[in-house]
Amino acid sequence: MNINSPLAYAIVASLLQVVVIALGGPLLLGLMAKVRARAEERVGAPIHQPLRDLRKLFTKESLRARHSSAVLAIAPLVILGSTTLAVVISPLVTTHPLLRSSSDLFVIVYLLLTGSIAVALAGLDAGTAFGGMGSSRAITIGALAEPALLVAVIALSIQAHTSNLPAIVAATIAHPVWAATPLRLLALAALVIVVIAETGRLPVDNPHSHLELTMIHEAMILEYAGSDLALVTLGAAMRLGVLCALLVNLFVPWGVATGSSLLGLLVAVLFLALKTSVLAVAVALIEVHSAKLRLFRVPELLAGGFVLAVLAVVTGLVTR
Amino acid sequence: MTLFLAGLGTCALAVVAALVISLERRTIIVALLGSLGCGLAFVAATRVLMSGRVETFHTSMVLPLMGVNFALDPLGALFVAMTSFVGVATLLYVVGYAKDELRSRSALSLLLLFLLSLLAVPAASSVATLMLFWELMALSSMLLIMVEQRRHAESRVAAQWYGAMTQFGAASILLGLLLLSLKSGQTFHDIRSHAAALSPTVRSFAFMLTLIGFASKAGAVPFHVWLPKAHPEAPSPVSALMSSVMVAMGVYGIVRVGNDLLGGGSLWWWIVVVALGVASALFGSLHAVTSVDLKRLLAYSTIDILGLVLMGVGCAGALAATGDQGTARLALVGALLLVVSHAAFKGCLFLGAGAIERATGTRNLDQLGGLIRRIPITTALFVVGVMSIVAVPAFSGFSSEWLLLQGLLHGFVDHSTPTLMVLLVGVVALALTGGLTAVAFVKVVGIGFLGQPRTPGAASAHEVSPLMHVAMGLLCLPCVVLGVAPGLVIPSLTRAAQTGLSRSVARPIKTGIGLSLGHLQGTIEPMLLLAGFFAVIALIVAAKSLLRRPARKVEAWRGGGDSLTPRMQYTATSYAEPLQRVFADVLRPQVDVEVTHAVESRYYEQSLSYESRVDDAVERLAYQPVIHAMTRAGIAARRVQNGSVHRYLAFGFIALIIVVVVLA
Repeated sequence: MNINSPLAYAIVASLLQVVVIALGGPLLLGLMAKVRARAEERVGAPIHQPLRDLRKLFTKESLRARHSSAVLAIAPLVILGSTTLAVVISPLVTTHPLLRSSSDLFVIVYLLLTGSIAVALAGLDAGTAFGGMGSSRAITIGALAEPALLVAVIALSIQAHTSNLPAIVAATIAHPVWAATPLRLLALAALVIVVIAETGRLPVDNPHSHLELTMIHEAMILEYAGSDLALVTLGAAMRLGVLCALLVNLFVPWGVATGSSLLGLLVAVLFLALKTSVLAVAVALIEVHSAKLRLFRVPELLAGGFVLAVLAVVTGLVTR
Repeated sequence: MTLFLAGLGTCALAVVAALVISLERRTIIVALLGSLGCGLAFVAATRVLMSGRVETFHTSMVLPLMGVNFALDPLGALFVAMTSFVGVATLLYVVGYAKDELRSRSALSLLLLFLLSLLAVPAASSVATLMLFWELMALSSMLLIMVEQRRHAESRVAAQWYGAMTQFGAASILLGLLLLSLKSGQTFHDIRSHAAALSPTVRSFAFMLTLIGFASKAGAVPFHVWLPKAHPEAPSPVSALMSSVMVAMGVYGIVRVGNDLLGGGSLWWWIVVVALGVASALFGSLHAVTSVDLKRLLAYSTIDILGLVLMGVGCAGALAATGDQGTARLALVGALLLVVSHAAFKGCLFLGAGAIERATGTRNLDQLGGLIRRIPITTALFVVGVMSIVAVPAFSGFSSEWLLLQGLLHGFVDHSTPTLMVLLVGVVALALTGGLTAVAFVKVVGIGFLGQPRTPGAASAHEVSPLMHVAMGLLCLPCVVLGVAPGLVIPSLTRAAQTGLSRSVARPIKTGIGLSLGHLQGTIEPMLLLAGFFAVIALIVAAKSLLRRPARKVEAWRGGGDSLTPRMQYTATSYAEPLQRVFADVLRPQVDVEVTHAVESRYYEQSLSYESRVDDAVERLAYQPVIHAMTRAGIAARRVQNGSVHRYLAFGFIALIIVVVVLA
């Protein structure tokens, strides 16, 4: 079954991407928690537990601190909105998403940065010590992860001679050898570190901790409750989803639909689910076997990621 | 050209008007005349930018022997247009702002003289004309820094530093330009036509001399020391003009001399420019993160952004020197777009800082807080500038940095190793500063505008005059327009970037509303992105309103304590402390902790004082020794000069004998 109009196809594909990531992001979180539980010989909550939590939170009323301003109310919309826009324009299940011409790597990076900035500001809005602490730590880690992310992205763009994401994915499908070049492998290592830092996973941040000394993301969103919290949590889960999906699609792009058939899209969704699940299990296993780093050791990890990314660019230039 | 001269004339009239009109109507009439002059200059400049035609003017009436030469070409016109736009906004702001020293005869006429010289510098087309207006610009701005010296004693020191650095720079530029004009005449036309015949050594020497002068105006490390002193101490409208337009004149000078007068040059020139730019970008962004004084933070961020611009200009020069004219132009257009959008957002931010200082009486972030509820309009306008500077997509900062990055990226195709290394360093600098700039400005907004007010001054802040808002809004306009529809100005910018590059290359950027790189693959359509973003937000809001659960206001969580005082919040100092610690090797912060123990037991503390200070390491290591050496030399020289007439007569006699002996 084919869709003839390119615009209609793009709309269908992008909507599908949003649905897949909105459901898949929380499911990935559930999967990681499950893997962790099993590795610790517990039964653990069902994989769809994060979705249940979200449903519960959505039906509850939002509580906002008395000293807070409009920023506290707007920030959840911005983080969810910017992440959703990133999902719409990224080549997750198809190489022809909506706004394909603007689907630029730098646009995606800066959209995600916009979301981070919004949450960091929300952390400061209520004027509490916890919010400021989380915000300060999160933005520090974000600022140090940014160079590694940008340089890794530039390495990928140098190879494909463009920073247009669908074009990079399509080019990798056309040249399978690219996936195994040293440039790609170094950039992959750098991006894995960045994704772990940006999504607040161990060893950078412990998503399950509510201890003052260790919280980062949780401290920042401590003032949120009810449906506001649901939006922020969904935004964070979708951010994890889109980063994981982009990571696997940039390095193992097979399965992404390039034609215009609906069946191709559905197959692509299955492939994407499979690939991201493998990645999530791998990340979860890393988490089980690593302890949280001291806050001031995290910059060393991120500097490592940055060096890997710079090496990726250099190898890209040398092996042209 | 007549239109431009009429604009300059009207500004000159405004200078005179500031001296003669009585106090009540002075600011309004002067601002109106000045705005009219800026408006005329703006129209003249846009006409040149649209058509690409060069207009010239010469008169020998003003300067004896040399005369005054003006020429408006697209490159100069771009800077004239930018200056006049910021000028109008500043003058509007002054009408609302001036309740104090800035309304005096001398201050107001100096401000207009400063504006006049800023308009004239990019249009000057001979060495004498350029230096005349360059020095007028330096002198008037130096005096303007001292306008509030009765209240701010530091401004005298700042003006001293600025005066010394700017004279050093001007002397360097003058030497360089004289070197170029020795064989030919002193007009730019003559220099241009004779430049190719000069020996490479002379060309390189002249370029380096002018580079030192222009780079120090652009605040490049290590010539930047005056900037974080002078920009914060000047009255805010003056800081806005200095930080958005005057620093851009440094960039203009480098492009004018390097690309236009010398027609390119060797690769190593541009490597030096890139090195200066990268050092400034990193140094500026790190210091911006740790600054606590709002205007000082903005000044450091000027060093940061201008560093990125210099990096772009240098990469463009390097690409052109290795023969890739198309990509060179792409990078140069990116750099010029960044200069223009920097003028808009930094102008807006400095005017906003002035509004905050007016509203609260302080510009120390650690004493602000909660301003969003007290002064919401100022906050909203300030945040537009912030979104532009941290490069949120669909704001001008993003479009310009994207274009610059694309220029570097497509330069990686096939080139010699030095060029590749230059581009790599440039890309890395851009990546490193992006995150740091975001931290600095999240700190400004989060600590200054959100949370609870930290002092009574912040708690009782009151909204400033509407004219100041109009002025800020005027500067927000380009932040949004250049972000949403950058394609509109690309043809003009391409004409400006064309100066000195080969004309045979195809246009690197297609014209449209968004940005599209012709044969190279790369497009962004910020307008569609913005529309998409608002569509998504509208859907979320609609979905949320279906739940029909309004939010309830409650006390913030107190962690089990009694009450939440403003002192429990994070401050600007503590917010940036993690990054200050990470970069301690570069920043060298000085931290003093003093603990007083309780009398009963050493395990209990009675009081604790913590002081953290980040000095400018370049100033401490490179400038202070020179200053000390000069002071010592001065003291030594005093021994010779003891006031005795006999001794002076003896000196004169000895000198006479030496002269006679040498001549014989």
